[in-house]
Amino acid sequence: MSSKAKTVIILLLVCVLIAVVPLAFIKDSEFGGSDGAAEEAITEIDPTYEAWADPVLEPPGGETESLLFCLQAALGAGVFGYCFGMLRERSKYQKSNAN
Amino acid sequence: MKTKQKKIIFSLTLLLLPLVCSPTVNAMHIMEGYLAPKYCIAWGVLCVPFLIAGFLSIKKTLAEHRKALMILAMAGAYAFVLSSLKIPSVTGSSSHPTGTGLGAVLFGPFAMSVIGIIVLLFQAILLAHGGLTTLGANTFSMAIAGPLLSYGIFKLCEKLKVNKLVAVFLATALGDLFTYVITSIQLGIAHPSEVGGIGASIGKFIGIFAITQIPLAIIEGIVSVVVMIGLESYAKSELTDLGYFKGGAIHVK
Repeated sequence: MSSKAKTVIILLLVCVLIAVVPLAFIKDSEFGGSDGAAEEAITEIDPTYEAWADPVLEPPGGETESLLFCLQAALGAGVFGYCFGMLRERSKYQKSNAN
Repeated sequence: MKTKQKKIIFSLTLLLLPLVCSPTVNAMHIMEGYLAPKYCIAWGVLCVPFLIAGFLSIKKTLAEHRKALMILAMAGAYAFVLSSLKIPSVTGSSSHPTGTGLGAVLFGPFAMSVIGIIVLLFQAILLAHGGLTTLGANTFSMAIAGPLLSYGIFKLCEKLKVNKLVAVFLATALGDLFTYVITSIQLGIAHPSEVGGIGASIGKFIGIFAITQIPLAIIEGIVSVVVMIGLESYAKSELTDLGYFKGGAIHVK
């Protein structure tokens, strides 16, 4: 395995670790969004404040919302993977042409 | 070589999959309706010159380097993916990275304003995440201030002859964190505390947003480095066109 590939794998493992450690060690939390926490903070600072606008389309529930978020990630990952694969094939092609 | 390439792609996919599929909860961006109209307008107006600069900068880059279009698409896709990943953090809340720092390193300080606002519009309209009224403020933090800082740090590292990948890490991680510092400041200004005023409020919001963001910023920095390792291997000519190798020593393994 090349040293570059090793670096990549180690780096990615570190990422997973960073994300998993809080999950493993903080038991009494649902890991709600930090903007939810901010909403509470605003209410605390200014109890009379009321949101003056509502989201245009609010997903009816967690499932639909997760669908849309997955869609966003899928779109991004699809385009990203396509381009990355193309670049890789191109450099392979160029290399075999050079030989 | 071949297996190495496979491994890079495979591990990228592996990393992204579980994160994409984790249960979702609302996270970050200023919520719809939570900034008074005058602040919404002010931040919106402030964004306009940056958006114009971004549009012109993209146009110029693509006119000069046609091939860079693919890299731009990748930078956009990268921001799309990263900003959909809600990752648990040490504070017991979740938030997501911005993904705009990498594009700033590659395409300069303004280009990501345009890409960032597209991501934010998508989330505001379809996901009830962020909001249309707060679009200006959110664009300013995620698509303008963060990338500006990323670009500045990258250039500074170049001057100091820091290793390219270390520079990418610092630029993207700190840009991510800076986005949430700006979010905290925006909320602090709009909702000053009765005791302590704006300063106390900013401190409170930094405690919520910025602290949550620290581990995520590190993750964004690392993933950006991994992507950069990939691009350095396969898109050398584009990166050269974009001036990535200019200045400091070229990173080759």
